[in-house]
Amino acid sequence: MPEYDIVVVGAGPAGSMTAKWAAKSGARVLMIEKRQEIGSPVRCGEGISRSWLDSVGIKLDAKSVAWQVKGAKIVAPNGKSFYLSEKMAGNEVGLVLDRVFFDKLLAKDAVKAGSDLMLKTSAVGLIKKDGKVSGVKIKSFGETKDIKCGCVVGADGYESQVGRWAGINTSLAPRDITSCFQYRLTNIDQEYDYCEFILGSKAPGGYIWMFPKDKDTANVGLGIQLTKLKDPAEVKKYLDKYIQGDPRLRKGRPLEMVSGAVSICAPIDRTVADGILLVGDAARQIDPITGGGISNSCRAAKVAGEVLGKATKERNFSERSLQRYEKGWRDLLEDHLYRNWMAKEKLVTLSDDTFNKIIVTLNEVGVEKVSSYALLKAIEKKHPELVKEFQEFL
Amino acid sequence: MKSNELDEFEVDITRCMHCGACVGSCPVNAICLNEVVLEFNDDCNMCKRCIKVCPVGAIKLAGER
Repeated sequence: MPEYDIVVVGAGPAGSMTAKWAAKSGARVLMIEKRQEIGSPVRCGEGISRSWLDSVGIKLDAKSVAWQVKGAKIVAPNGKSFYLSEKMAGNEVGLVLDRVFFDKLLAKDAVKAGSDLMLKTSAVGLIKKDGKVSGVKIKSFGETKDIKCGCVVGADGYESQVGRWAGINTSLAPRDITSCFQYRLTNIDQEYDYCEFILGSKAPGGYIWMFPKDKDTANVGLGIQLTKLKDPAEVKKYLDKYIQGDPRLRKGRPLEMVSGAVSICAPIDRTVADGILLVGDAARQIDPITGGGISNSCRAAKVAGEVLGKATKERNFSERSLQRYEKGWRDLLEDHLYRNWMAKEKLVTLSDDTFNKIIVTLNEVGVEKVSSYALLKAIEKKHPELVKEFQEFL
Repeated sequence: MKSNELDEFEVDITRCMHCGACVGSCPVNAICLNEVVLEFNDDCNMCKRCIKVCPVGAIKLAGER
């Protein structure tokens, strides 16, 4: 009998939450992490909302929360802004995390639930027997080992290999990729009660974010759609240029640099195969408008862990058995992801002038609740011509 | 174009942030990130998406400045 039922590759939020809920449901779980420290280096803007945390059983500790905000400030290309309270702002606003501690908190929860954990350990390939996945080959602190298990979970992030090894198509079209760069800037002036989102051609096909970490420090970053990039290193140059042009930030100096890419795609066709399950960024579960992934990852991961617990009891890790996860996470997230992907496809075509008019309109009509639908409806009342591109949503 | 692409790219290790943006964006899975070392294998079809997606410009064609 193999030593583990499940091996989770990657100890980010998706991996730890899957490991936790699978271990709680009675599975013997090993989680492996290629880095030497969980949560570091940070590859994230760290802004989240509070609303979903209870539903997945996360109790934040003081260290995991760097800062709390009252809402979001949406800034038009001409500098005019629109304020949203936390209640209305939806998915990515409310708390600014400290991922170095947050990721460790979730890993601790997984370990407390009974999961095993190894650092400095990468997956290097799948082991197959009679065409079926029977384990994973790992490299751990210089030693190569075979670990037998019933199911390998790919929680291995944007650069996921597990899905590709298993023949699951996770490849992305250039328009569904955002390239990102961020500084943690200190010595800045900011409205530290708000997470700020700056729209328009300063970040083509994406946006600039400013998420406060303390009174005079913020994560200041941007994402640009790959199809809108021409020259190498352009993403960093766009951000440097923005910072130089913003008097609040010009005297800021970086404490940290973060780079990365984010998927902004429609839901992919499948996230399970025989003995394989993908979750989080590896399953392309990121919100295509905000680029936020933590809440979706954790919600999908809870479903994954519970399904893996059942599959362990039944000794059945076939694709058919794992379909319960496929259905479960899609019931929670798929409609929203698809709608936001459609909306993103339109948003990336809007001119600065249109964004300016939209912000003016939002200030005039106000919104009670922010969803892509509610925003578009609010705009339609006043300026139907601004949203004619979005007719299918209305 | 399936010759020895291993030599076609240069990675500037003084710029590379080891973030994996190139790895996840590669349409043919030709890039491998071993902790801090980027390796290209000969599945590469020279689409150069990795050069474009790299936020800090760490990847370039060999011989280019």
